[in-house]
Amino acid sequence: MHRRHFLTRAAGLAALPLAAVPASAAAVPGLIDTNVSLGEWPARPSWARRPADLVARLRRHGVTSAWTGDLDSILQTDTAGANARLAAACAQEGAGVLVPFGTINPTLPDWEEDVRRCREVHRMPGVRLHPNYHGYGLDDARFLRLLELATRFGLLVQIAVTIEDDRSQNPALRAAPVQPAPLAESVERVPGARVMLLNGTTRLYGSAIPLVQRLNRSGVRFEIATLEGVAGIAGLLQKVPDLHLCFGSHTPYFYFEAALLKLAESDLTPAQLAAIRHGHAHSALSLS
Amino acid sequence: MNRRTFLHASAFAAGAAALPPALPAATPSGGPAATAWENEELRRLGYWDIHAHVGTPGPTPAKRMEALVRIADRVGVERLCICMSPPWSYEPTPEQFRRSNDDVLAILKEWSSRAFGLVYLNPKHTRESLDELERCVADGPMVGIKLWVGSRANAPELDPILRRARELDALILQHTWIKQRGQGNLPHESTPMELAELSARHPGLPLVCGHTGGGDWALGIRAIRARPELHADLGGGDPVYGQVEMAVRELGASRVLYGSDVNGRSFASQLGRVLGADISVADKKLILRENLRRLLQPALRRKGIVT
Repeated sequence: MHRRHFLTRAAGLAALPLAAVPASAAAVPGLIDTNVSLGEWPARPSWARRPADLVARLRRHGVTSAWTGDLDSILQTDTAGANARLAAACAQEGAGVLVPFGTINPTLPDWEEDVRRCREVHRMPGVRLHPNYHGYGLDDARFLRLLELATRFGLLVQIAVTIEDDRSQNPALRAAPVQPAPLAESVERVPGARVMLLNGTTRLYGSAIPLVQRLNRSGVRFEIATLEGVAGIAGLLQKVPDLHLCFGSHTPYFYFEAALLKLAESDLTPAQLAAIRHGHAHSALSLS
Repeated sequence: MNRRTFLHASAFAAGAAALPPALPAATPSGGPAATAWENEELRRLGYWDIHAHVGTPGPTPAKRMEALVRIADRVGVERLCICMSPPWSYEPTPEQFRRSNDDVLAILKEWSSRAFGLVYLNPKHTRESLDELERCVADGPMVGIKLWVGSRANAPELDPILRRARELDALILQHTWIKQRGQGNLPHESTPMELAELSARHPGLPLVCGHTGGGDWALGIRAIRARPELHADLGGGDPVYGQVEMAVRELGASRVLYGSDVNGRSFASQLGRVLGADISVADKKLILRENLRRLLQPALRRKGIVT
């Protein structure tokens, strides 16, 4: 489809088949990791230099679907090229597990075309944003436009609050975590928006519960990669019982096993466990 | 209660308390996270945790510990070194650190089968800290010392505390962190570099570098590398890949300890980094249990505690 037509006919495209999402993901309860990346963060080593390494470990731990962004693309301006490589890597080496989420930077010229390609060319189910590394807030007009466009296209918008602890960043790579508070109003202004916060950190889960509740009412999804505190999942669900909490590992930046063990550390009901492992993620993509 | 009756009471409590399961209770048939344990041997090992705070809810210190133990059982943590009962103060007065230690003593009366106590001191109050060391370690059931952010680790007021610790075989856990390359640290918050200076003044005395610099662990590991008495507590930071591998490579596995820093952190994120590390099973066993067991042996022998 021509890009001009795409922008005017976006609503129809929401019904495009998502070639990158394994058909089995909807039918078979499993473990959906909503926070995985290919590539390497420049300040840290990685155990997953090849997609095959990542897939092997995820499969060993029972992951049936891994929503996969690209660490390399965060600091690159050619996000279109990075997204194409990500899509190819997931298709060719993802073994049906890796589901690509392209990086969108709405401060770049013609970022809308990147969205179009994510949806129309790569058939991605969602996109991933890094506002703190790209220099905008969640009350920025460009973000709102992106949210509106993604919603018309049926794309899930993942927002990474942070990649790494801002206390230990390399001085040349400092970026304060994204302030999530403005998201509440932004998401309320875009009916039907599908949003997920990644790496929410204890700043969000520990001291901003009213905000979490408000975002949750708007359908925003959360994940557990940076959820801390002893039996942290159970503690959070005690405060917000109907929280749309998904499994996320932030691997390979984090050890995958750290997230997996959180499922054992908290005393969860079978229903809570199923919702975290796959239920809330499925419904975020409207696959259930 | 004098020292002898206290130790007797503790020994009784140890026998009466439930034995640690040394097996994650939540995973009897595979469970939600069974594959996180590489094999049954690691799963049943019974982990020893160098760094824990009892902040779980409960009407009494012992009840709070009971709640924490229930969670520890779910992931296979057998023993916890506990210290610094909340509320916390960056620069506690003697009254404040005594009250904190009273809570730990109360916990040890009922939970000595699962917990070891580290006495919380503020070296700025040197005389009172030495008195508290006598009360809780020399005459009490505790086996080590916790130093937090009241005084920098290279300050001279730590020297008399370390000299007495050596006489008592007490293991010292010193908090360290490197925030924004040290620019973001609290006024008296220590770095691993400062702890290395202290270690050089007390050669041969085992010291545990709490958090090993935190998120900037790569700096912390380098800072303590040349001091063989310094051991790396891995806990308290994000489970960032590479930390365990670097610590084992640069320090040797025998100088690396699992610590959780619960309640602020989860057991899971801190255990996961060790279980998921690209190191041998033998090294994981050292980190998760044997190293701490070895370091505590002199203090435990002195108190007649058999583990």
